[in-house]
Amino acid sequence: MPQPPPLIEVRGICKAFPGVQALQDVNMRLAHGEVLAVVGENGAGKSTLMKILAGVYTPDAGEILFDGKPVVIPGVDRAQKLGIVLIHQELNLAENLDIAGNIFLGREPTWGGPLRLISRRITADAEPSLRRLGLDVSPRTRVSALPIGQQQMVEIARALSLKSRVLIMDEPTSSLTQRETERLYDVIRDLKRDGISVMYISHRLKEVEMIADRVTVLRDGRNAGELSKEQINHEAMVRLMVGRELKQFFQRTRARPASAPVLEVRGLRWERRQTPIDLALRPGEIVGLAGLIGAGRTELAETLFGIRPLLSGEVRVDGRAIRVRWPRDAIAAGMYLVPEDRRSQGLVLDETVSDNIGLPSLDRLQRLRFVAMKRVRELAQSIKERLNIRTPSVRQRVNLLSGGNQQKVVLGKWLGRGPRVLILDEPTRGVDVGAKSEIYAIMDSLAGDGVAILMISSDLEEILGMSDRVLVMHEGRLAGELTREAMSEEAIMRMATGGG
Amino acid sequence: MKKYVGLFGFMTLIYVGVLLASPWNWDSLALNHFNLARRIGMEGIICVGAGLLIISGGIDLSLGSVVGFSVALAVMLLQDSGRFGLQPLPAFLIVLLFGALIGLINGLLVTKVKVQAFVVTLCGMFIYRGLAKWLTGDIVQGLKDHSSHIPNWNGWIKALYSDREIWGLLQPVNWLLKQLGAQPIAIPVSLVIFLLLVIAAALFLHFSVYGRYFFAIGSNERAARYSGVNTDGYKILAYVICSTLAALYGILHLMPQNSATPTQDGINLELKAIAGAVLGGCSVRGGEGNIFGIVIGATILVLLPNLSLMLGIPDFMEFIVIGLALLIGAILDEVLRRFSAAHKMH
Repeated sequence: MPQPPPLIEVRGICKAFPGVQALQDVNMRLAHGEVLAVVGENGAGKSTLMKILAGVYTPDAGEILFDGKPVVIPGVDRAQKLGIVLIHQELNLAENLDIAGNIFLGREPTWGGPLRLISRRITADAEPSLRRLGLDVSPRTRVSALPIGQQQMVEIARALSLKSRVLIMDEPTSSLTQRETERLYDVIRDLKRDGISVMYISHRLKEVEMIADRVTVLRDGRNAGELSKEQINHEAMVRLMVGRELKQFFQRTRARPASAPVLEVRGLRWERRQTPIDLALRPGEIVGLAGLIGAGRTELAETLFGIRPLLSGEVRVDGRAIRVRWPRDAIAAGMYLVPEDRRSQGLVLDETVSDNIGLPSLDRLQRLRFVAMKRVRELAQSIKERLNIRTPSVRQRVNLLSGGNQQKVVLGKWLGRGPRVLILDEPTRGVDVGAKSEIYAIMDSLAGDGVAILMISSDLEEILGMSDRVLVMHEGRLAGELTREAMSEEAIMRMATGGG
Repeated sequence: MKKYVGLFGFMTLIYVGVLLASPWNWDSLALNHFNLARRIGMEGIICVGAGLLIISGGIDLSLGSVVGFSVALAVMLLQDSGRFGLQPLPAFLIVLLFGALIGLINGLLVTKVKVQAFVVTLCGMFIYRGLAKWLTGDIVQGLKDHSSHIPNWNGWIKALYSDREIWGLLQPVNWLLKQLGAQPIAIPVSLVIFLLLVIAAALFLHFSVYGRYFFAIGSNERAARYSGVNTDGYKILAYVICSTLAALYGILHLMPQNSATPTQDGINLELKAIAGAVLGGCSVRGGEGNIFGIVIGATILVLLPNLSLMLGIPDFMEFIVIGLALLIGAILDEVLRRFSAAHKMH
């Protein structure tokens, strides 16, 4: 019996960017109604491959077969005509337009005629795809007024409304809540039933295990292997991704016995109608801070670091009360923040590794008010070696580093000053498996040196793997605390969603 | 929406101020209103151009110089003693065409060569001013023999020239005023053109797909591009519209004064245009603004100096008044935004 041709077949695709061979002889196929997960470390070429299929890039070599026929996809509009739609990793919404305007951007229903006046139908037309995703907001809401998770849902709604045959999702759940994620799984299963194929890119291997029919692994721009439904499991994927066994993914040497707390917080509030927050960190412990998006974890971190005005409360570092009016005050006390978004908050992207590492320490690295360039570079060099930052030189622009190495640079900024308390907000978001494991090792060794670490994370595996205890936030208050022994995903989720 | 109500209130307040401060006799009121209407029409045209461009995420610092260039070009084309001695209609078409061409160049440099819009149009500001000086030999050039020339022009050009009565709409009123021995009234052509432009721009910007793309591009250009929108094309279109409107302004500017002053025509106009658009609620970050606001912004921009004139504040204070109004507007906007954001949270 002749097999029907796959919906998409990719043969020998190559793509080079200045200085990098992003894809080399990559093959891939996607059957009708199949959910194919594409995994790989950052820089493995997943996004490039997806963007080629979606018409954002054109390949240097190789061919694409769609329904068995060779096609050229020179632009996004051509891809959309074929029915291939990419949901980008970064949000790609026009925030000043309303939801309906975004869903139909580029193909607005009009009254006809050369004036192309937009029909009022646009609002009603947007409803079905919103309802399908369980998004209970008016299509006339401005996108900028939505929380980030719902914005992501709008992107997905947009893709659904395109009547596509292939949906490519690049890290679709990175900013979704648990509930929204489950809703998305349901939608994907629906799509499958309708014969629509889905390509799913994710760093969250657990999701891949749940949703994928088949896994294609890329490594350094080449095919590294394929796993059928039965073969899909965490270790197998990681092995193919990094090309070696990861001996120990989470690395946590048990904490030393408790001594006096290094950070004490009492009655902290940044909003008027808020239950005050108390917490204490002891030297050498890693405390996980879990909660849903919007629970106030980042706000807590920002308040401690002096970015957000503190309404009331007392903060003590090493027993000494400090007034945090701006980050300088926190920094002077040895309390540092590694922010959520490294590209916009953590780094000066156009400057070098050395400039970035030196930035918070310039007060110490100067001579007669001039920057002591040599000492900055020496510091950067030592941090680079200590954290194993992979860059040809500390004079490299930080923009050119991979996500994991960029994150190490952000960490490195503070190591130059000798931290007492480190607040890490999503320290491994968008970081590949290999670098993740290295960052965990760095955290463990810092804790070993007596640094207290508060780790905000939405990745429960990470929370369970790294924390000595967990604080859970729910709607702006601390909902509870779990010891190492009492920790479990269920217990954390129960607290995070407001259950006992 | 509240913002525009506030702006409208502010505009009304200034207008009432102007009325109160003016001398209360019919002739001077009529004259002042005619001049105000004329200025609102003119500045409005340029503010709409700048506003459309700013909404699409662009900026044009060369507008004032394009006006200067257009005035100079028009005079040179019209002058009987000159090389061309063209009739007004072809001359104006050529001027408008040059305006569009300048916009096309700006747009291509911004989208294809990818030079920053600020830099491209800053350079344009020098270049087109220089061209105006070169065309005129850096001296004031007049349409010397216009008295013999003008009567041959057809009706609407004449109206444009005199900037007065058109279509006889106001004839009954003026007949009555004449009986009373009062100054007749008139609607300036520039205001009529401006109002037509506003209707067209409102349709374009708020009800058509094209305007939707302007907002999308200004708000998130990549999102628009990934949605299959021809972003470069629309950005170029925005520059072309803006420069063409500057050329139109040049023509309207030339008609009553009948001469080109290359060092003065349209000077600082780009800044006023941006000020009017921003005052009217456009964000220089792009993606935000509306035509109604721009109209109010332009009106405030004309009324404010008039008010300070009526109050006897010296001429040179005009810029201080505009600057302060803009600054206060921006501060209020930010304060209101924070206030409403804080309220939404609870």
